[in-house]
Amino acid sequence: MAVLVVAEHDNASLKDSTSKVVTAAKAMSGDVDVLVAGSNAGAAAAAAAKIAGVRKVLHADGAALEKQIAEAMDALITPLMANYDAVLFPATTTGKNVAPRVAAKLDVAQLSGVIAVESADTFVRPIYAGNAIVTVKSAQAKNVLTVQPTTFKASADGGSAAVESIAAPAGPFKTAFVSEEVAKSDRPELTGAKRIVSGGRALGSSEEFHKVLEPLADKLGAAIGASRAAVDAGYAPNDYQVGQTGKVVAPELYVAVGISGAIQHLAGMKDSKVIVAVNKDEEAPIFQVADFGLVQDYKTAVPEIMDELGKAGL
Amino acid sequence: MKILVPIKRVLDYNLKVRVKPDGSGVDLSNLKMSINPFDEIAVEEAVRIKEGGGGHTAQAGTEIVAVSIGPDQAQETIRNALAMGADRGILVKAEGEVEPLAVAKILKAVVEAEKPDLVILGKQAIDDDSNQTGQMLAALLDWPQATFASKIVLSAGKATVTREVDGGLQTLDVQLPAIITTDLRLNEPRYASLPNIMKAKKKPIDAKTAADFGVDTTPRLQAVKTAEPPKRAGGIKVKTAAELVGKLKEAGVI
Ligand SMILES: Cc1cc2nc3c(=O)[nH]c(=O)nc-3n(C[C@H](O)[C@H](O)[C@H](O)COP(=O)(O)OP(=O)(O)OC[C@H]3O[C@@H](n4cnc5c(N)ncnc54)[C@H](O)[C@@H]3O)c2cc1C
Ligand SMILES: Nc1ncnc2c1ncn2[C@@H]1O[C@H](COP(=O)(O)O)[C@@H](O)[C@H]1O
Repeated sequence: MAVLVVAEHDNASLKDSTSKVVTAAKAMSGDVDVLVAGSNAGAAAAAAAKIAGVRKVLHADGAALEKQIAEAMDALITPLMANYDAVLFPATTTGKNVAPRVAAKLDVAQLSGVIAVESADTFVRPIYAGNAIVTVKSAQAKNVLTVQPTTFKASADGGSAAVESIAAPAGPFKTAFVSEEVAKSDRPELTGAKRIVSGGRALGSSEEFHKVLEPLADKLGAAIGASRAAVDAGYAPNDYQVGQTGKVVAPELYVAVGISGAIQHLAGMKDSKVIVAVNKDEEAPIFQVADFGLVQDYKTAVPEIMDELGKAGL
Repeated sequence: MKILVPIKRVLDYNLKVRVKPDGSGVDLSNLKMSINPFDEIAVEEAVRIKEGGGGHTAQAGTEIVAVSIGPDQAQETIRNALAMGADRGILVKAEGEVEPLAVAKILKAVVEAEKPDLVILGKQAIDDDSNQTGQMLAALLDWPQATFASKIVLSAGKATVTREVDGGLQTLDVQLPAIITTDLRLNEPRYASLPNIMKAKKKPIDAKTAADFGVDTTPRLQAVKTAEPPKRAGGIKVKTAAELVGKLKEAGVI
C-alpha cells in the first residue's frame, strides 16, 4: 500500500509537523510519498526530500496553491488519490481545512486528530476533549486522516528522495485570498516548543499579560500560550489559544499562570511532560494535572520564580 | 437571503463524559444535552445578519432555517435556535451515531431542497471533535468554504471572511452560495428571552428521516474500544518559588 503525506510549509521552509506525520505514515506503509503544494516552494520540496524514509516528493507549484486554499488543494489531491491507499494531513488549521473535502470527494469517512497508528487500518483518536480515547478500525478502500503531530516523533533527515514536479490546478476557484495577519515572533512556535508559558484570565489585561509572561518566557526560551478566556478578552491573539478547540501542545515544560484548568484547556496540554501551575486558588482543577503546583498570587510568584531561575544560572 | 444553520445536540460542555467500564463507548444516560456551542454561535450570526446587528447591514427578507440530524430530542435543540431567532426548523431523525460524511450528505439534500445562499455551521462538534462536516458539505456541493470564521462581512454576491488560523488571521473572499464554519470569537450568543421562547413554540419544525433523502447512515468506521485517557501521576504542591525551581532542576526540564 502507498501513503501520501501532505506537507505543512510556508513555501520557504518545511514545518516540523511534516516529518512527524511522515512517522505516522511509516507505521502504515513502507511506501510514503510527500506532497508539497505551494508557490515557489522548491526549498520546501527539497527539505521534504531529505526526510528519512520518504520514497518520493511530489511538488506542485502554482499561484493558486500559494495560500493552500481548500478548493485548489482538493482539486490537486483528490485525483492523486488514484495512486494511494491513504492520505495523511497534519491536524493543523490548514490540514483540518482541506482533508474533509478530499474525504468527501472520495466518499470515505475521515479520522480526525489521530494520536496513534496501530496498523494500516486501525487508529487511535481522542473524543470529548480527550476525555475518551477511541480505537477505530476502518475497512474503507482508502483512508483520510488528520494526524496530531505533537504525539509523533519527527523523522530524522538523511533521505534523498527524488522530487517529481506535477501540474498545479489552474482553477478558476470561487475563493480569493484577500490578506493575512501573521504574527511575527522570535519565540519558538507554540506547537513545536520545548517549553511553554501560558497565561489565563487572571492576568487581567493585555499589558499585564505581556509584561508578566514575556520576561519569564524569555528566561526559559519558551513560547507563550493562553487560555480561551485570555484570548476572548483580547489579552493575547487567537493563535496563542491552547485547548480542545485551539492548539494541542506537548512540551517538556508547561507553566500555567492564572489558568483554572477547564477540561477544554486540559485537552490541549495534558500530555506535556512536566506541568507547573501557579494559581491562588488551591482548589483550581489545574492542580489535578500539575506535577508542581504553587498556590500563590502570580503577582508575587512570577517575580520570585524569575529570581530563582536567575540564581540557578538562567 | 436564506441561511441554513445545521445544529447538533451534544453533551453539555460543562460536563465530563463517562467511559463505559466495558470499553464499548461512552455513557450519556441522564446527562444534560445542549446545542453544540459552535452551532449556537452560528445561529447567533445568522440572526445578526437578518437583524442587521454585529456589523451587518440588515439583509432584507432573510429567512433562517435550523436543521438538526439526531434523535427526537434534537427537537429541543431546534427550539433553542428558534428562540434565538431562527424562523423554522427541520429535524432529520436518526438514532445512534451519524458520521460527518452522512451528515454532510443529508445536508446536501436539504440544501438542494431549500436553496440557501449561505450555510453556517460550527467548526467542530465538541463530542466527536471531528471538524469535518462543513468542509465535506462544501466538497459535495462544489461550493467554496471559509472555515474557522471570526468575522463575516457580506456584500453583493460574496462573503469576506476572516479566519482563525495557526499563524494568526487570514481573510478570504468566497462567492455565494458558500459554506462558513464558526470559531469562538465570531460573536457572543444571546440568551433567548422568555417571550421569544414562547414564540418559538409556535414556529414550524418539519420532521424527516435520512431515508427521505436517500442517505444511508450506517457508520463506515468501527469503534473497537473506548478507553479513559491515561491518568497523570499525582503531582505535589510546592511552598515557594525556590522549591519549585529546585524541583524543575531535579526533573531536568531547566
Ligand atoms: C466550545 C468551547 C470551546 C472551548 N475551547 C477552549 C480551548 O480551546 N482552550 C481553553 O483554554 N478554553 C476553552 N474553552 C473555555 C474553557 O471552558 C474555560 O472557560 C477557559 O479555559 C477558562 O480560562 P481561564 O482558566 O484563563 O479563566 P478562569 O477559569 O476564569 O480561571 C482564572 C484562574 O486564575 C486564578 N487567579 C485569579 N487571580 C489570580 C492571581 N492574582 N494569581 C494567581 N491566580 C489567579 C483563579 O483562581 C482561576 O483559577 C472552551 C469553551 C467552550 C464552551
Ligand atoms: N447531527 C448533526 N446535525 C446537524 N448538524 C450537524 C450534525 N453533526 C454535525 N453538524 C454540523 O457540523 C459541524 C461540525 O461537526 P463535526 O464535523 O462533527 O465536528 C457542527 O458544528 C454542526 O454545525
